[in-house]
Amino acid sequence: MNSKHMEKTGIVATKETQNLESKTNGKAVIRIKDVCKSFGDNKVLNGFNMELYEGENVVVMGKSGSGKSVMIKCLVGLLAPDSGYIEVMGKEISTLDRQTLDELRSDIGFLFQGSALYDSMTVRENLEFPMRRHKEKLGYVSDTTSLVLEALENVGLAHTMDLMPTELSGGMKRRIALARTLILKPKIILYDEPTSGLDPITAKEIIELMRSIQNKYGTSSIIITHDVDCARVISERMILLVDGINYAEGTYAQLSVSKDPKVDAFFKK
Amino acid sequence: MSDSSPNALVKSKTFRRIKHFFVQIGDLSYFAGRFFKEVFSPPFEFRELLRQCYQMGVLSLFLVGLTGFIIGLVLTLQSRPTLIEFGAVSWMPNMVGISIVREIGPVITALICAGRIASGIGAELGSMRVTEQIDAMEVSGTNPFKYLVVTRILATTLMLPLLVVFGDLIALYGSALVENIKGNVSFQLYFNTVFDALNWGDLIPATIKSFFFGFVIGLVGCFKGYYSTKGTAGVGIAANTAVVMASLFLFIVDFIAVFVTDIFYEL
Repeated sequence: MNSKHMEKTGIVATKETQNLESKTNGKAVIRIKDVCKSFGDNKVLNGFNMELYEGENVVVMGKSGSGKSVMIKCLVGLLAPDSGYIEVMGKEISTLDRQTLDELRSDIGFLFQGSALYDSMTVRENLEFPMRRHKEKLGYVSDTTSLVLEALENVGLAHTMDLMPTELSGGMKRRIALARTLILKPKIILYDEPTSGLDPITAKEIIELMRSIQNKYGTSSIIITHDVDCARVISERMILLVDGINYAEGTYAQLSVSKDPKVDAFFKK
Repeated sequence: MSDSSPNALVKSKTFRRIKHFFVQIGDLSYFAGRFFKEVFSPPFEFRELLRQCYQMGVLSLFLVGLTGFIIGLVLTLQSRPTLIEFGAVSWMPNMVGISIVREIGPVITALICAGRIASGIGAELGSMRVTEQIDAMEVSGTNPFKYLVVTRILATTLMLPLLVVFGDLIALYGSALVENIKGNVSFQLYFNTVFDALNWGDLIPATIKSFFFGFVIGLVGCFKGYYSTKGTAGVGIAANTAVVMASLFLFIVDFIAVFVTDIFYEL
């Protein structure tokens, strides 16, 4: 953690933070150390650090273009950081070969911002797609219907199995994408702006769904969002990403009363 | 006064365009290299390959057939008066047969497929790229290059020769129809004359050339779509440039093919 900034924002070593630390003293499933990533002259991440503990929900907030999505894409190997260290479930991402990385990815669910459902496939085929390479993990089931149905029931859309993505609303697409994420029973879920572009009611439903999934499966999650309401409801810990570093970190209650103008800007209505 | 210093030259628009062109050629070569590396390594996506063969082969039959029929018809109608003038109308099946099998059939079919298939692939993969579907595929443990690119390039490479044969036959049928109506030449006589006129030196280079045409169409379409950027506008650009680039490369490949054929068969 960038202690200089933490001191500057006055959100370090409060009693609540210490409690949080004892709570998160468990096993870290993700460790990010001094990660830097640039695109040309644009330095997006400039020494970012964070840890995610087992069963924890961490919300990462930041302005558009601050590198939040880049950071979680580095976590699953979609982007390679220029420097720094990323460890997911005890394995350093940059040292993994394709096969090991794919095996690791089966333990990481990724909910994309625009849902990223495959247009040319039905909902059922969308959900079956991740299973093709991970049959071993699922116990070589010949009939995938029950698994697909279970995942769809989790998101309350069992009736959409034979529909095409174009026949679904934005909220339904997001739920189906979540079901697709869940089909391999991941241990970690990365949410990239799960409520963006949704109306407040649907957004609330998605947040509830995320909470129920975490309760049911005990997953650890990183949630990238702009939505302060989403952060308030779901976060156990929050990280504010400013200028490529973790500028401030703490609980929602701590950060929302911060006097630091950069922190305060996120919570102003 | 215009600045003619080396720095100004490097910053000029023309220089940037030339540089961009060579960068594109380099990237395309790397992309082709990656295709050859991935095509022989498991896992093999046979189901997707079959689906793509159906999409690109079977669904192109009508367009290729209709174009071939019109080409055969028009070529015969346009050539008739000149051949009659020289008393050489009996050479019509030979002339049409050889020109269609050697050149017109493969090139027209490839151009039609460049328009239909390369733009389709460019738009589809481009849209998948900007909506993060390719990333989603990668995260789910499937190699998107193998699943999307290798299958599409293989499908176009395998299907184009078949489409060319189909297009050639329909074009010859169109030509035979004109000869039957205008010159009272029976279909049997027409086709017998055509097949007598053709030899392996006409068929083999044309077929080999068609494989290369198919490869180029698939390669360029996939390359443009797979690396599409700039959001939805980029999808349109990918589809558009895929057709232009594929058509240009088709003529280059055709030129090389004719040059090489001349060495082996002395055209």
